[in-house]
Amino acid sequence: MVPNTVIQATPGSALRLIPVITLALMLGPVFAGLVGTILPAFGYLPALGGGQFGLAIFQELLAVPGLGRSVWLSLFTGVTATIVSFLLVVLFCAAWYGTTWFRWLERLLSPLLSAPHVAVAIGFAFLIAPSGWVMRVFSPGLTGYTQPPDITIIHDPYGVSLMLGLILKEVPFLLLMTIAALGQVDARRTQRVALSLGYGRMMAWLTGVLPQIYPQIRLPILAVLAFSLSVVDVALVLAPTTPPPLAVQLLRWMNDADLSLRFLASAGAVLQLGLVVLAILLWLVGERIIAAIATLIVTSGWRFQGDASARVMVLITVVIMVSAVFLGVLGMAIWSFAGFWRFPMALPDQLVLRNWMRLGADLWSIIGLTALVASLASAFAVVLSVLCLENEAQQLWRHRRGGRLPQPKPWRPPIMWLLYLPLLVPQVAFLFGVQVLLILLALDGQFMSLVWAHLVFVLPYVFLSLGDAYRRFDDRYIRTSLCLGRGPVITWLVIKLPMLLRPILIAMAVGFAVSIGLFLPTILIGGGRFDTLTTEAVALSAGGDRRQIGVFTQLQLILPLLAFSVAMALPALLFRHRRGVQV
Amino acid sequence: MFSLPPFRIRITAEHARSARLILSRSIALRPVSFCQALMVMAMVAVFASSYAPGVKADDIDPKDWDAVLDQATEQEVFWHAWGGETRINDYIAWVGDQVRERYGITLRHVKLSDTAEAVSRVLAEKQAGRDDQGAVDLIWINGENFAAMKRQGLLFGPWSEDLPHYALVDTVGKPTTTVDFTVPVDGLEAPWGMAQIVFYYDTARVPAPPTSMIDLAAWARENPGRLTYPQPPDFLGSTFLKQVLYEVIDDPQRLQQPVSAGEFATLASGLWAYLDELHPVLWRDGKVFPQNGAAQRVLMADNEIDIAVSFSPSEASTAIADFELPDTVRSYVLDGGTIGNTHFVAIPYNASHKAGALVVADFLMSPEAQLHKQNPEIWGDGTVLDMDALSAEEQAAFDALPRGVATLSPEALGTPLLEPHPSWMELAEDEWVRRYGTGQ
Repeated sequence: MVPNTVIQATPGSALRLIPVITLALMLGPVFAGLVGTILPAFGYLPALGGGQFGLAIFQELLAVPGLGRSVWLSLFTGVTATIVSFLLVVLFCAAWYGTTWFRWLERLLSPLLSAPHVAVAIGFAFLIAPSGWVMRVFSPGLTGYTQPPDITIIHDPYGVSLMLGLILKEVPFLLLMTIAALGQVDARRTQRVALSLGYGRMMAWLTGVLPQIYPQIRLPILAVLAFSLSVVDVALVLAPTTPPPLAVQLLRWMNDADLSLRFLASAGAVLQLGLVVLAILLWLVGERIIAAIATLIVTSGWRFQGDASARVMVLITVVIMVSAVFLGVLGMAIWSFAGFWRFPMALPDQLVLRNWMRLGADLWSIIGLTALVASLASAFAVVLSVLCLENEAQQLWRHRRGGRLPQPKPWRPPIMWLLYLPLLVPQVAFLFGVQVLLILLALDGQFMSLVWAHLVFVLPYVFLSLGDAYRRFDDRYIRTSLCLGRGPVITWLVIKLPMLLRPILIAMAVGFAVSIGLFLPTILIGGGRFDTLTTEAVALSAGGDRRQIGVFTQLQLILPLLAFSVAMALPALLFRHRRGVQV
Repeated sequence: MFSLPPFRIRITAEHARSARLILSRSIALRPVSFCQALMVMAMVAVFASSYAPGVKADDIDPKDWDAVLDQATEQEVFWHAWGGETRINDYIAWVGDQVRERYGITLRHVKLSDTAEAVSRVLAEKQAGRDDQGAVDLIWINGENFAAMKRQGLLFGPWSEDLPHYALVDTVGKPTTTVDFTVPVDGLEAPWGMAQIVFYYDTARVPAPPTSMIDLAAWARENPGRLTYPQPPDFLGSTFLKQVLYEVIDDPQRLQQPVSAGEFATLASGLWAYLDELHPVLWRDGKVFPQNGAAQRVLMADNEIDIAVSFSPSEASTAIADFELPDTVRSYVLDGGTIGNTHFVAIPYNASHKAGALVVADFLMSPEAQLHKQNPEIWGDGTVLDMDALSAEEQAAFDALPRGVATLSPEALGTPLLEPHPSWMELAEDEWVRRYGTGQ
């Protein structure tokens, strides 16, 4: 019982407060923001003279021409993009998990995770547009075009290019989440057993492995769904414009000089929130239906042995997708050095440094501030995540010691899913309310408020990324150390921290990347006083010049890549004499 | 907020929807009118209590310029200005250097992607009861945003006519310096620069550009898919509509008067006939439109279209210098003239550093700052000053300014047409969205 007494002497009670504090930090702004959005939607916004509750604003909202189509567009593109991304990821894992191809693509996709959505979208648009790169390469040689054909590819009325743009960015995210989940189950051997029973490779994975990991990737999928339904930046680049999707429309109202449109914007935000809730419910119902159908297929004993052509098709799709992203990013890199470059020239007629040089000294202060905010936010997020997870580990310890058998699944405090709320609630639906709250507290435009706002969005990703590794830690190491007479704090510092250093640093790099891509929180909470790479990029994208956008896109990519490199290199350097800790 | 109007546009012509505030159109048009009317009344009541035009509590008197200069020293002025154009940002940085040297003021450029963000900011502060120590000291503004802020008592002033350099402003020859999109300026904002509609085209592809809106439609029929315009209610797109209205309406003078929805249906029928005929031969069959002037310029750069509309006479020259457009691009104006206006700077009612903001606003109107701004190698934005009020030396400096290859001379630009009354634009935008903006 000695170790147990030691454990009870740990700062466990203080630790137990950490999840509460963390949730308060995260959810306070979300709820306050929602209140600040919902009240005006029902007519209450004293500064604009709205003091009466009622449904009039919703009537006005419904009378907006084209609203139905905007809503349909949001729902259709968001849900379809999510389904396709999910299917691609699942089929790719099923077809190629455990092969060289899989490892190779996994490595290629990881850096894409840090690429900001809007950067990928702009690169993709340049690739596929009628005057885009692909057409330029083949014109006029093969196509005969000396001027671009007048056909609609981007901004198409059904939102196909928007869905493709979203899929390009969501597949890497979902794939990495799936890979993380795969580490928690015995995927290899499960698949091998199914193979030995005569199932085809894909069928073996789909029936044996997928049901085990699905519960763990459900949350990321729902986050993707919520994001796709309310995306603004990607939609501005790729979505139809007559009318635009709902989120674009309501942001337009929010930014309109006619302040009475604020009410309409708030009502639109409530509608947007409703759409997300509806889509999530649809997804959960769909799960049940698919599960029922899948059970029939599985119990029918169908083994799908001849899956070779299906596997090749999946591989080709994924390779095309990855190439599209890389070519898009490469295109923007070339633009950042481009002189004059017009259709049908395949490459610019000269490369110049001017696009980079004209930013001069400003660039360094922008990079510095961006990195500082991202470092602080991700560092806080890592500390809070580690403390929450350590608390969870200790509770699990006590839970087991209480005589109950070890649970078949990792036991989790049920409340922590609330951490993901900021990912499920559309940003536009609560950030204006947060802004008002911060002004009331006289905290607006302060550097630490900005870091806090970033923390709200960074923490869920950090927690998601660190959680699995942390929970998988074998606590027999801890028990051994405690038995040898070391205190719990020393044990944690000397044993657990070094062993978990790599996942901790990677989680921090993930948080760093997320922070760099944040636009709305930076501009709204920072009071516009803090220039980051993303606010600059978005302000410049107003000017439309791909050269300047290209410069910032490159920087947005390089900074997170640096962070990931450090996260990989540091443990390797520190533990160069300890082969066991190297991964 | 991600794709925003090209600079001058945002600044220059934000006209239209101020009408909503001015006319409270909803009272006549919408089922919710009563509720909105209540809001408007409540708004007036709320603001009447807190908004006192004139000198504010912090004892700034623009008439006592020496005291203002004293107070301004060491102040840090936060200037919220659209930041979408590198050369404008560079110019603002130059202003920052100048006011630091001359007055000891530290100027911080808060780069907006949409001027309405600054308006939101001030509104949010008002909502939270912060009536001094606001975050915004100076805003680059005009038209719609100005009308909204003036209407809601979010502005400090009057002050602009008391500034020393205001005496040099050409208020007679440039009437838009005193009436911002038909809304009287009343000393609440200081004129900063001039803008006017021009068209630019590629001489390599269009030997003789059409010089009226009617001819433009004829040209589009002969060259299908090679013309488009920014999608209303983007104000450049809306200005395109107004430019059409000037030609298709029987009596252009009528545009200066307010118009009701009923009259508009009859008077503006020519506009819809024009567009119904034009749209099928536009780029993408008139089903997709660029979202703003900058997006339209990218189409020109990509060789997707041959003629584009702009609110900045120097836009084409700038774009050529930046490798965006081929050096065969040139600008022109229509035979019947084109619409023009002025952009300004204003100070919010709760600005923290009003003295500093006043000094910066005054410096912006100085001959030196105006000269530097009009230089196309710096920015190329037209001056608001009266040449006759300047010294011979200063006049010579203005005359000696180089012009970009594709920039028209002031003579070639001619006298700008006045902006129509806002009610025209508002009705045109709503009807445009109803007819063409809702798909299928």
